Amino acid sequence: MTRFLRRQGWVAGLFVLFVALLIVTKLIQPGYGTGDFGSLVRAVLPYAFAVAAQTVVVIAGGIDLSVAAMMAVTSVTAAAMMNGASEEYALLVVPFVLLMGLALGALNGILIIVTRVPDIVVTLATLFVLQGVALLILEAPGGAAAEWLKATIVGTIPIPGSPEGIAAWVPKALVLLIVCLCIVWIPLRRSKLGLSIYAIGSSELAAFRSGVPVARTKIVAYALAGLFSAMGGLSLTMSTGIGAPIPGPYLLASVAAVVLGGVVLGGGKGGLLGPIVAVFVLRLVRTDLTLLAVDPNVTSIIEGAIMVVVVMFGAFIAMRGRQS
Amino acid sequence: MTTQPLLDASGVAKNYGAVAALRNASLSVLPGEVHALMGANGAGKSTLVKILTGAVKPSAGRVLIRGETRAIHSPAEARRAGLVPVYQEPSLIPDLDVAANLRLTDTPLEPFMNWVRELGVPDLDIRDTARDIPLAVQRILDLARALAVEPDVVLLDEMTAALPANLAERVLDVVRRQSQTGRSVIFISHRFVEISALCDRATVLRDGATVGVVDIAPGVEEQIVELMLGAKIEKQRASVRKSDAVEAASAGTTRLAVRNLRVGTKLNDVSFELRNGEVAGLIALEGQGQDELFGALSGSVRPSGGTIEVDGQTLQFSHPKDAIGHGIAYVPGDRSEALLMQRSVRENIALPFSARFGRWGPINMRQEQARVVSAIQRLQIDTRAQREVQRLSGGNQQKVTIARWIAADARTILCFDPTRGIDVGTKQEIYKLLRELAGQGKSVLFYTSELEEVQLVCDRAIVIFGGRVVDVLPVEIADEAALTRAAYGLPRGAQQDVGILADVSHGSVSAL
Repeated sequence: MTRFLRRQGWVAGLFVLFVALLIVTKLIQPGYGTGDFGSLVRAVLPYAFAVAAQTVVVIAGGIDLSVAAMMAVTSVTAAAMMNGASEEYALLVVPFVLLMGLALGALNGILIIVTRVPDIVVTLATLFVLQGVALLILEAPGGAAAEWLKATIVGTIPIPGSPEGIAAWVPKALVLLIVCLCIVWIPLRRSKLGLSIYAIGSSELAAFRSGVPVARTKIVAYALAGLFSAMGGLSLTMSTGIGAPIPGPYLLASVAAVVLGGVVLGGGKGGLLGPIVAVFVLRLVRTDLTLLAVDPNVTSIIEGAIMVVVVMFGAFIAMRGRQS
Repeated sequence: MTTQPLLDASGVAKNYGAVAALRNASLSVLPGEVHALMGANGAGKSTLVKILTGAVKPSAGRVLIRGETRAIHSPAEARRAGLVPVYQEPSLIPDLDVAANLRLTDTPLEPFMNWVRELGVPDLDIRDTARDIPLAVQRILDLARALAVEPDVVLLDEMTAALPANLAERVLDVVRRQSQTGRSVIFISHRFVEISALCDRATVLRDGATVGVVDIAPGVEEQIVELMLGAKIEKQRASVRKSDAVEAASAGTTRLAVRNLRVGTKLNDVSFELRNGEVAGLIALEGQGQDELFGALSGSVRPSGGTIEVDGQTLQFSHPKDAIGHGIAYVPGDRSEALLMQRSVRENIALPFSARFGRWGPINMRQEQARVVSAIQRLQIDTRAQREVQRLSGGNQQKVTIARWIAADARTILCFDPTRGIDVGTKQEIYKLLRELAGQGKSVLFYTSELEEVQLVCDRAIVIFGGRVVDVLPVEIADEAALTRAAYGLPRGAQQDVGILADVSHGSVSAL
């Protein structure tokens, strides 16, 4: 039990924080209900995928600045392809866009390995390139999305045998998020590939000496980030019904949630659950501040302050733990 | 009858650009033998190890495993070929627990745990994160992980260096039994005691080439030392310092006294004195605690025991500025550690004395300029490229690191291998400068990996082995052969009748 708490304490703490924030929300706005929660999850969806993308790369000891731009490219690609096409055609669009994300991410990794230019520089360069590409695909927000795609994130999923009240708190978007993340993350965590990703982030030399193919593992990590980014891009198109070529505020939000989620920026430590809960916390804080009619500029000051305080608090707890 | 060697490497060479790290190395390991790989610092041991274990690609040569040519391109391939190394630094992934580390290398758990118990670590929890495990135990785990896959050849690089005595004994015991089962061990160590007790044969490297393979028998130490030194032993004694000059130096008052100094596990018990007006040479093989000693003297590492006295006053340094405040300056071997590479020569020289005041007020530019210019002239630093230190030659960079302390008027200079990788002319200038400093009554502690420098520069040589002072040689007899013997912990002057199990830690300690 103590071991579990030591390992998962951070995530548990974040989760408690999230529940506390939900209660606060209910106090501020007694009418806050299932519908509002559903829209919160829909709003979080693209952020969550961006965070997942960033998490994989950061655990592998890197950083990916092109996350938001890649989401924009995949989003406009999907919207442009589905524009005027049949509903069934979207069945082809989804895997195509996911593969495209995978390839773009792998390209990031290959460039870093082959050119030996630092990851922060390479992904900054691809950020600019992808921004341009997105505008070439769609000059202005436009395109369309298949109806069934849009429907997958609206409403709730009836859970057989459970009372109506509970099912109402499980929006489809949340289920989609969990399914998508689990499909990639759980097999990864249980494979040697996942171990290798942690290993190269923790110590590249020790990983090399343990027989880990360091270059290949790094490329795979970036490719997975690309895949998650493509999921984020698709979720943007699904929730808005169009594609927007200008990247949203997802890059900095992803780094913020990764840090808040207990993943060390140097690599090798942390998991996916922490950052995902963290991004929910950050979005809910924003909602609450909006409900309290706080000036939006003050809102971002408060968000920044929360991040510093929480991370400092975590470091303090860790230090106390080590001393005892 | 000749048995086929398990591992047979021949003609192995490795060039890094124009530099040959390995020219013509060979190594042949028979089944069931413990084979020592020896050589002085820079002889190419570590390069050969890296090639055999797939970490580095050789430029030439071939490696046969059980008589078949195997190209080993990665540590994973070496492992599959039955060759498993245990490196000097632990290679467990720090953020993964032990179980995950085992999974990463496909190591079976059951034999691993058996070896761990065998090696004297009874209470290992495999869910512990590697980072939280003490360094010595991590090395044991590395070894257990290597043995658990039942490799044909285990390669142990300075395995016992960082281990406490009880664990080291267990390790040696396990290695001995390993060889009885027909498996082989390549054993790299600086400790003759271990080698003579454990090994069957030794391959000696010198300047990147194999110069001999000897059977380990009583009295073989001298033969090995000779092989390691080679022709150097015959070399002309360059201008050995006059003994009357040495006497003058030994008349100075004590500037720095180190008593029973201990740092971590590397530096165990070191006492010596440094007098005003002398250059004391410090000689040690790699990793014998010299880094820790310099760290403690310069205030960047806190000693775990013992005292440091400066001018008769016991002091505790908690920050390099404390040492600098007492006039003790550290010139590190790695110049990039000391210099602000993108800044100018002037700023680099002025940094210590302009920053010393501990306040951020305005700098007296005229005074600074005068001191910098005089230091530059004194050292004849080539200042054509003075706007960025990184554009200077290595020799001139090294001069800047020393010049700053002359400008700051330091009374004691700790030089860590200052002449490594710089040209001959600049080396001569640095020798001259160190002597001049001593002539002005300053004191210099001079660690060098180039043994011939001792007789050119120093007044005496302090030899450290296994974290202890094993000998202090007067300069007249401190030639390369004597220093090498001392550095390997062999007693002075007793060339013939060294017992094979000469007790290094007690037998040859001579006080000041």
